[in-house]
Amino acid sequence: MQRNGPIALAFHSLVVVFMLAPMVVVCLVAFTPENTLAMPWNGLSLRWFEAVFHHADFMSSFGNSVRLALLSATISTVFAVPAALAITRYEFRGREALNALFLSPLIIPHLVLGVAFLRLFSLMGMGGSFGWLVATHAIVVTPYTLRLILASLTSMDRNAENAARTLGAAEWTVFHRITMPLMVPGISGGWLLAFINSFDELTMSIFVTSPSTVTLPVRMYMYASESIDPMMAAVSTLMIALATVTMIILDRLFGLDRLLVGKG
Amino acid sequence: MSAATSAIKPRLLAPLALSGPTTLFFIGLVLLPLLLTVILSFNSYDYTAGIQSDFTFANYLTVLQDEYYLSTFWRTLRLALLTTVITVLIGVPEAYILSNMRKPWRSIFLLVIIGPLLVSVVVRTFGWSMLLGKNGFVNSALALVGLEPVQLLYTETAIVIGLVHIMLPFMVIPVWTVLQKLDPTVEAAALTLGASRFTALRRIVFPQASLGILSGSLIVFALSASSFAIPGLLGGRRLKMAATLVYDEFLIELNWPLGATIAIIVLVANLVIMLAYNRLIERQAKRKLG
Repeated sequence: MQRNGPIALAFHSLVVVFMLAPMVVVCLVAFTPENTLAMPWNGLSLRWFEAVFHHADFMSSFGNSVRLALLSATISTVFAVPAALAITRYEFRGREALNALFLSPLIIPHLVLGVAFLRLFSLMGMGGSFGWLVATHAIVVTPYTLRLILASLTSMDRNAENAARTLGAAEWTVFHRITMPLMVPGISGGWLLAFINSFDELTMSIFVTSPSTVTLPVRMYMYASESIDPMMAAVSTLMIALATVTMIILDRLFGLDRLLVGKG
Repeated sequence: MSAATSAIKPRLLAPLALSGPTTLFFIGLVLLPLLLTVILSFNSYDYTAGIQSDFTFANYLTVLQDEYYLSTFWRTLRLALLTTVITVLIGVPEAYILSNMRKPWRSIFLLVIIGPLLVSVVVRTFGWSMLLGKNGFVNSALALVGLEPVQLLYTETAIVIGLVHIMLPFMVIPVWTVLQKLDPTVEAAALTLGASRFTALRRIVFPQASLGILSGSLIVFALSASSFAIPGLLGGRRLKMAATLVYDEFLIELNWPLGATIAIIVLVANLVIMLAYNRLIERQAKRKLG
C-alpha cells in the first residue's frame, strides 16, 4: 500500500467537496428566514420546515411513499425467496433464463418500464390505483432483494444442511432451522435496499402515479420544476437527514460498501 | 459423505413450484407490457381520433428523420459519453486514493463518496440547480473574485455536472472492489525494483483495475443515457434528452405511439451497447486468466 502524496490528497479534497456541495447548500438554505433561496446569513429560522408539515400535498405524498416502499419491498422479498431457492438449489432447464428475467429490471431503463406499465394499465382500464403502483415497484426492486438472497444462499456452508439431513431431519426442518436463519442477513439487507430504491424511485413512478397516489420524489420533481421556494430545500433536508440515518444503520449492520457493491 | 447423496435430487416439480409465481409475475408485468409497448410503437396517432390500431413504420421514420428528434438522440449520446469519460477520469484516481488510505479514513471517505447514492436524485439535482443558477453560489463566488457571471443552469454543462455527480459512486464502487483484491506487495515490489511511481501505476495497477473501469463505465453510460431528473431540472425546457423527450410525448403531447417509439429505440440501443460491452469485458477477463 502506497501513501497518498499531497497532489493526491488535494484531488481527493476536491472530489469530496464536489460530492457534498449540493447537499450542504440544500441543508443551509433550508434554514433561511427569507422568502427566496438565499443563504441564512441574517439568522436561522425553522419557518420552512413548519411550512412542510402544514403542506397537505407533501405530507400525503410522504405517506404514500412510505406505504409504497414498505409494501413493495415486502412483496418483492416474498417473491424473491422461493425464486432464489429454485435458482440455487435445483438444476433445471431455463434456470439461467429465469435468473436473467428476474434481474432484467436492472437493465431495462426505468423510463421504458414506466411507459410500458402506463400502456398496460390504460389497456386494462385500471391506471392510477395504489395496488398497481405497488406491483410496479415490487418488480423494479426485486433484483435488489434477489441478488442479496442469492448471494447469501451461494455463500452459505452446505455442510450444515447436510449434517442435519444425515441426522434425520426432515426437509422442512432443515429449511426452517438451518437454511432460513442463514438467509436472514441476505433477506434483511435486500429488503432495506429494496425499500430505499422504491422510496427514491422517480423516473418510472412519474408515468404510473395518479393525482391521489403521487409519491414524494414525483411531488418534489413537480414542485422543483414549477416553483422554487425554500420549502423545497426544507423537504430535501429532511430527506437527507433520513438518508443519513439509514446509511449509518446500514453501515453498522452490513457494511455499506458490501451492500452497495455492484448496485446498478 | 459424497456430494451425490447430499445433493437434492433434480426434480422438476419443486423448482417449478418455487419459481412459478415469480415467473408469472414477471411475465405479466415485464414481458407483456414491453410487448404492448412494441406494438404501440407501430400504431399511428391521430390528434383528434387518438391511437389507431393499425400497423405502420411511420413513427420510426419520423423519429429517425426529424431534425429535432435526431439532435436530441445525438445530445443524449454525446452527454452520456462525456459523463462516462469524466467519471473515469475522476472516479478511478479517487478509488485508488481511497484504497491507499489508512483506517479509519478509508471507510469514512468511502461512505462520503458512495453514501449520496441513498439520497434521492431529485434532492441532489435540486442542490445543483441552486449552485448553478443565475444568482446561485457559483456565480456569487465568481462575483466575489470580480468575474462576470456565467450562464450555467439550463446548459449542457449543467447537465454533465449533475450527471457526473450522480454517477461517480457507480464508477468508484467497481474500481474500488477490484483494487481491494489487488496484492499491494506487487506494486511495492515494482517500486523497490526501481520503477517510477507512474510506471508502477501504468504497468501494475491500471491493467488490473481495467475490468472494474469497464464495468463501471457500462453502468454509468447506460444510466446517464436514460436519466430523467437531471436533464429535466438542469436542462430546462429547451435542452431535452431521450428520457425527457419521451415524457413530453406521453404526458404533454399525448402522442403515445411516438413516445413508445422513442422508448423502444432507447431500450434497443441500451441492450445492443450492453451486449457489445459485455463481449469486450469477457474477452478482457479471458486474456487476464491466460
